[in-house]
Amino acid sequence: MPRLIKNGVITDSDWLPVNPDQQAQGHILSLEQWQALENKQGSAVQLEPGDGVTTLLNHLDEIALVAVNFPVFTDGRGFSYGRELRERGFEGELRAVGEFIRDQANYLHRCGFDALQFTDEHQLETALSLLQPFSDSYQADIRQPLPLFRRRG
Amino acid sequence: MYVYDQYDQTMLDERVEQFRDQTRRYLAGDLSEAEFLPLRLQNGLYVQRLAPMLRIAVPYGLLNARQLRKLAEITRNYDKGYAHISTRQNIQLNWPRLEDVPDILADLASVEMHAIQTSGNCIRNTTTDQFAGVATDELEDPRPYCEIIRQWSTLHPEFAFLPRKFKVAVCGTAEDRAAIHAHDIGLELIPNSEGIVGFKVLVGGGLGRTPVIGSEICDWLDKKHLLTYLEAILRVYNQHGRRDNKYKARIKILVRAMGVEAFREAVEAEWQALKDGPSTLTDEEIARARSFFTEPDYQQIDATASAQTLQSACEADPIFGNWVKRNTVEHRVPGYRAVTLSLKATGYVPGDINDGQLDLLADLADRYSFGEVRSTHQQNMVLADVAMADLHELWQRLQPAGLATPNIGYLTDMICCPGGDYCSLANAKSIPVAEAIQNRFEDLDYMYDLGPLEVNISGCMNACGHHHIGHIGILGVDKKGEEFYQVCLGGSQSKQASIGKILGPSFRQEDMPDVMDKILSTYLSLRNEEEPFLEMYQRVGIDPFKERVYAKAD
Repeated sequence: MPRLIKNGVITDSDWLPVNPDQQAQGHILSLEQWQALENKQGSAVQLEPGDGVTTLLNHLDEIALVAVNFPVFTDGRGFSYGRELRERGFEGELRAVGEFIRDQANYLHRCGFDALQFTDEHQLETALSLLQPFSDSYQADIRQPLPLFRRRG
Repeated sequence: MYVYDQYDQTMLDERVEQFRDQTRRYLAGDLSEAEFLPLRLQNGLYVQRLAPMLRIAVPYGLLNARQLRKLAEITRNYDKGYAHISTRQNIQLNWPRLEDVPDILADLASVEMHAIQTSGNCIRNTTTDQFAGVATDELEDPRPYCEIIRQWSTLHPEFAFLPRKFKVAVCGTAEDRAAIHAHDIGLELIPNSEGIVGFKVLVGGGLGRTPVIGSEICDWLDKKHLLTYLEAILRVYNQHGRRDNKYKARIKILVRAMGVEAFREAVEAEWQALKDGPSTLTDEEIARARSFFTEPDYQQIDATASAQTLQSACEADPIFGNWVKRNTVEHRVPGYRAVTLSLKATGYVPGDINDGQLDLLADLADRYSFGEVRSTHQQNMVLADVAMADLHELWQRLQPAGLATPNIGYLTDMICCPGGDYCSLANAKSIPVAEAIQNRFEDLDYMYDLGPLEVNISGCMNACGHHHIGHIGILGVDKKGEEFYQVCLGGSQSKQASIGKILGPSFRQEDMPDVMDKILSTYLSLRNEEEPFLEMYQRVGIDPFKERVYAKAD
């Protein structure tokens, strides 16, 4: 099983990566495979950049896991996907997968990702130490829904 | 001016430590070149032709004396004793060492300064009018809103990896001195039909390869919705802006591709989900931001007597009088003037300022202008609150320091990017062209006779010198490895903003003073009495200039 950071600890993944050729038990599904599912209860689906979150919105309470792929770390669309899914009420596992880098761990965390699965597992230890380099932030986010200006003493 | 509390300071100190760790890991080979690139850019650090360049943020152009002294010290300790004012009101160091940058950032943090998001594909420094708060034509001071936007955009978790850089400008005056039409988002403070002040929102303006004037997507936005509306725009852009071609990645291309109507609808749809949420501004927060930009302790001055005394001093010393006329503007408060210190002395790099000048400026700010200074996007400095009675003394102290060139708004007050002498993106040098033009047209009477004239020079398409919106714009281009210069005419950064039109084939560097001479003599021979260059150009069009400049010598 792939290793990942989940809720702040390094652990094994409950899911196997997307298999584009076949829809197999225990694997995360591509958006196309997932759309073909009749029963979406407990399903796991992966978004690619450009997919957007709209297709998932009617099933947020059925989906167990949404993986958001970052094929290159400089493509920041996934940050908006994560935040939108959480804002629209998704409570399952939100996992970043792909080529994002350790130094993005904090922003991903703030955008609602609770699981980080790096392609290179050697990144996990450092990523864990970089999860929260700031004690506070100006903006509202998924972890702190109130912007600083509503909390300033 | 805004003063940090423990929240601001703690976050900034943590940011310095974050970058120190990133630099350490990079130098140890633990962070790759590709990984470090956007991280250092988001801290203002470029790797340039000769050395790294560090761009220090000057939020909306405001600096205090303590910060100026620290900057002077930094240029001495870590650089060659000078800095450069950029066309986004920021300050650039040309010669820092990469390994010193964390220490420079720590020094900056000690005076509430930083380099956060001065580069990279993220939300950049918000800019505004250099005369904010003192302008006579101002509806409302834009700086509190700039500060609110600064805080919202700083270390924003969702918008740090946008398709491309993103720039916001705010203005609160009849005359637009912040070039809001040339920004990704332009905000103008305006009243609605009931007289309540809100924002007009423009989107998709920008220079670069494809210059575009911004389009209005909201004619009036309640101030409390400022951040949620900005967030909605950024969210549409982050998800739909092109990422396959960096030259087509700015929001202007997206707005054009979708059409303004469809773009507005997409923003509205995103906004409905965010509107009235926790990021909605409270009256308390707006009042808090405004409390940092209250009036300084102005003296009660008899304006008439003060003006008369100044008038006599100007008549007694015409050189002083000329400087007052060219480099100072009216102030909202009777008895005061706002003074522009020209960083465009002939023979010096436009926009450069050395450590001695920075220290002097700090002293002068303390003595004459409530301890504050502004940097301008025209690459000059402003003392915004000088009592008329102090002008003569101030001028006497500026003169020996080379800060009293009486050319503000005239030909030799050129906007000029660092160009090929420093910048690794440049196709051509820009500083020598500016110098050659300054040398040729040094005669003050001739320059004043030409009237207000904006000459903007960029060393490449990235257009840091804003050449598209200069009355006369000059662009360095590469032709088979040789540096050439393309000229465009008729650009304007005013509210009737326009993009300059290309005159024709480009010129060699050594020919540029002659080309300028032909353009200017065409103007002088065809203008109606007192008709400014831009108006004359709009009346006669580009053809007379073309004929003259490209005429065969026979």
